[in-house]
Amino acid sequence: MPRRQNYSLPYSLVTPKSVYLSRRKLLGSLLALPGAAAAAQKLENIRKTGYGRGETPTPYEAVTTYNNFYEFGASKEDPARNARSFRTRPWTVRVEGEALKPRTFDIDEILKLAPLEERIYRFRCVEGWSMVIPWIGFPLAELLKQVEPKSSAQFVAFETYFDPKQMPQSAWSGLPFPYVEGLRMDEAMHPLTILSVGLYGEVLPNQNGAPLRLVVPWKYGFKSIKSIVRIRLVKNQPPTTWNLANPREYGFYSNVNPDVDHPRWSQKKERRIGEFFKRDTLLFNGYGNEVASLYAGMDLRKHY
Amino acid sequence: MRRLLAPRSAKPALFLLCLAPALWLAAGSWRGSLGVNPIEKVTLETGQWTLRLLAATLAVTPLRRLAGWPELIRFRRMLGLFAFFYACLHALTYVWLDQFFDWAEIARDIVKRPFITAGALSFAAMAPLAVTSTRGWIARLGGRRWQRLHRLVYLAAAAGVVHFWWKVKSDIREPALYALIFAVLFLARLLRPRTAAPPQSAPLA
Repeated sequence: MPRRQNYSLPYSLVTPKSVYLSRRKLLGSLLALPGAAAAAQKLENIRKTGYGRGETPTPYEAVTTYNNFYEFGASKEDPARNARSFRTRPWTVRVEGEALKPRTFDIDEILKLAPLEERIYRFRCVEGWSMVIPWIGFPLAELLKQVEPKSSAQFVAFETYFDPKQMPQSAWSGLPFPYVEGLRMDEAMHPLTILSVGLYGEVLPNQNGAPLRLVVPWKYGFKSIKSIVRIRLVKNQPPTTWNLANPREYGFYSNVNPDVDHPRWSQKKERRIGEFFKRDTLLFNGYGNEVASLYAGMDLRKHY
Repeated sequence: MRRLLAPRSAKPALFLLCLAPALWLAAGSWRGSLGVNPIEKVTLETGQWTLRLLAATLAVTPLRRLAGWPELIRFRRMLGLFAFFYACLHALTYVWLDQFFDWAEIARDIVKRPFITAGALSFAAMAPLAVTSTRGWIARLGGRRWQRLHRLVYLAAAAGVVHFWWKVKSDIREPALYALIFAVLFLARLLRPRTAAPPQSAPLA
């Protein structure tokens, strides 16, 4: 008569959960070597700045799993999932237009262009949520100076990399691609406006706009264009993607402003990710002291 | 399928099934597993379940007639009440967790923002149907008037889809899918069941 096998094990033999989980993580990173290795890459020699003193940064996990990056899908969880194998090397950025020395920069050259700084900025999405993000980057002005803008350069036009093969979900987004954005020259040269190459001391994750993105903290998040491949200095106000998609709802300026509603929702308050109660939204996202003068005499209701 | 519908236990089973999404959301809120923005998640899910259960409610009549499952009628009221239950949770999320009972702001929203107007209209159309879903109310109103009142369900469904459609920023696939489902369910009502047709007399020629 066959004996019944005893499969039970004492609890002492169970692998501790932390060991089991870290083993999984290790295996996972081995499987997805290029992407995972890049995501964990630390950035060296970062200068701390006073920006964001007193703010509590939003957890890394939230910053990197709750994203709008429509080329990789329209839901917040999509980009983290779908941008995993996005190739960010080799990568070049063409800077051209109304400039004396237009040229193409390699991303590794851009990384060494200026000292990297940590800037802890508030980030307010037009949808009504916000975060605090410790960006790593340098002022956009540093890059623009390299090409010596002409006085005819009144605006700066930005363009995101677009490859439907690497971004198949883009077909369903309802937006025209490549994604384009723009700033007025004085906005672009403002010291608060940065090009970011990282966050939380590490290289920018793909879903956050690797390898190079814009951050304009006093404007709604969609102005801070991701994965930039082209920057053009131009004479006239350039087209911008969300404005093309819905001009009544998304203006060229899109400065954070609690008194100018989005047609479909109020902008008076925002939910800081991780908080239960809503906060009052601040004019220019709280950067009014620095940037309000850029818009002196302008009707912010008209130029929303 | 019909064998599944017959037993007495079918109703409590369906009850638990309809309750499951709410329990899942409650457990997720408690455990913190609803992602980075749990309130947004709850709002979206309760809205979606309202539409799904409205679709299920509206599927009862065509399925009874076209598929020949008359016993489905036993479940229609429960499905409809669950649709309203999720609509209530959805509205509560908005009134409480989004607006924190700022009634002036809520009133402004309903008047000023078409997508909220549509949502409020859908909710307002469902409320009297839930109230008059009891046997007592059917008797009080009389079958005919009761039925006429309950045609408001079409308005609730249509306004619900419009609400969703107008809320979406640019990827309209999901609201379009609901619109298609409701369109099919509306049109199915116009079809006559073949089985019920009287036998044809032989052609003359």
